[in-house]
Amino acid sequence: MFDQFDTNVILENLHFLIEGMQLTLLLTIAAICGGLVLGTLLALARLSGFWILSLVSSTYVNFFRSMPLILVIFWFYFLVPLILGQPVGGYYSVLIAFVLFEAAYYCEIIRAGIQSVSKGQVYAGQAVGLNYFQNMCYIVLPQAFRNMIPVLLTQAIILFQDTSLVYVVGVKDFLVSADLVANRENRIFEMFTTVACVYLIICLSGSLLIRKLQMRYAL
Amino acid sequence: MIELRNVSKWYGDFQVLNDCSTMVSKGEVVVVCGPSGSGKSTLIKCVNGLEEFQKGEIQFDGISVGDKKTDLPKLRSKIGMVFQNFELYPHLSVVKNIKLAQLKVLKRSVEEADQKTIQLLERVGLADQALKFPAQLSGGQQQRVAIARALAMDPIAMLFDEPTSALDPEMINEVLDVMVELAKDGMTMIVVTHEMVLLVELLTGLSSWMRGGSKKTVLLTIFSIANVGSELRLSSQKYFIINLLIILFKISKLNVIF
Repeated sequence: MFDQFDTNVILENLHFLIEGMQLTLLLTIAAICGGLVLGTLLALARLSGFWILSLVSSTYVNFFRSMPLILVIFWFYFLVPLILGQPVGGYYSVLIAFVLFEAAYYCEIIRAGIQSVSKGQVYAGQAVGLNYFQNMCYIVLPQAFRNMIPVLLTQAIILFQDTSLVYVVGVKDFLVSADLVANRENRIFEMFTTVACVYLIICLSGSLLIRKLQMRYAL
Repeated sequence: MIELRNVSKWYGDFQVLNDCSTMVSKGEVVVVCGPSGSGKSTLIKCVNGLEEFQKGEIQFDGISVGDKKTDLPKLRSKIGMVFQNFELYPHLSVVKNIKLAQLKVLKRSVEEADQKTIQLLERVGLADQALKFPAQLSGGQQQRVAIARALAMDPIAMLFDEPTSALDPEMINEVLDVMVELAKDGMTMIVVTHEMVLLVELLTGLSSWMRGGSKKTVLLTIFSIANVGSELRLSSQKYFIINLLIILFKISKLNVIF
């Protein structure tokens, strides 16, 4: 089987695959950044002690964690143009879906991270006169994020793999691009093997990075 | 300067503080003693509003701590606090630990904050450790940095919450020396401790200097247990008071209000 393995088809369509990978990475990074920001706000709301804020936040988190991602993607694909009254394109609708979905998971990770910072540290920040937001920015969150790095990266790897679900709404990410090439050139075996290898290499190096960081920040 | 009137605090049904009242004047050193679990740390945390209390009033420099309208961060910036477990910020170097609140709370310029930081590190004898991280320092050194961090805000009073309890015996003195010097400089201090050693050393550290005609008074408050329900607690309190009386007897030349 391997003597028929045609590497030319990969090289010829390389630019096409790279474009797909660019979209996959862009989507992953944008979803991580957006999810982190929104997740942090949700976590702060959930821990705020104001019952309305924490109720809103926990409802949000529980709702999105009970939904299959693929449903959320579908849903936003049809819902966002309806709300905005104009088509936004597949990319933006999946981006919004990913940010909102990931925020629910990041919220829980960040909440655990904030709670991992000892009460004494919170007191120490307050005692020198820092207000709530200064204390969060300079004392609590830096320590929380340091404790969370391995879990956040694990979540990022899961997200990177999950982005392939955008094929359901026809956004041309890495997997969809490879699929198109495979069907056009009738080289299914070559293309999907390449895709698998690329995913394997990226996710494996991510995992190695996590392990290194874990050893470095081991408490 | 610090006045507590009938302060009571409950954790649910459990009463931690029961009608605590005291007055601390400017320049006084108050040592609050009592066995573990008697609520000393809780009381000292009430003074700068880190813990809430349900009844009574605490006035600091004329400002009511319990009042909802009080700007607590501003009030806290005037009260230095030193913790049992040092609580230096582990992700910041020694210099940044001391500089942070100067820049963010007092809005000092970087040069001003640098100057103050160096001056304070020299005062606590750690000028050569400035760029290290807290984890690279010994317990005694960390606690001295914590004192410098509190002093950087130019506080008008200092609260010490079990400042030597987490230290190895050989490191207690380096922290104690800094505290004695502070008291001699006229700093108003509340020191919470369950350790006889610290109490004796603090008092003896100040005694020779006080015998020389200083008007400084050391106020000693023995803390009663809020909840006297259990026999064990009662007996540990009695044991504690007996111990204390022996020590007071030993240093009877001291000007102690009991």
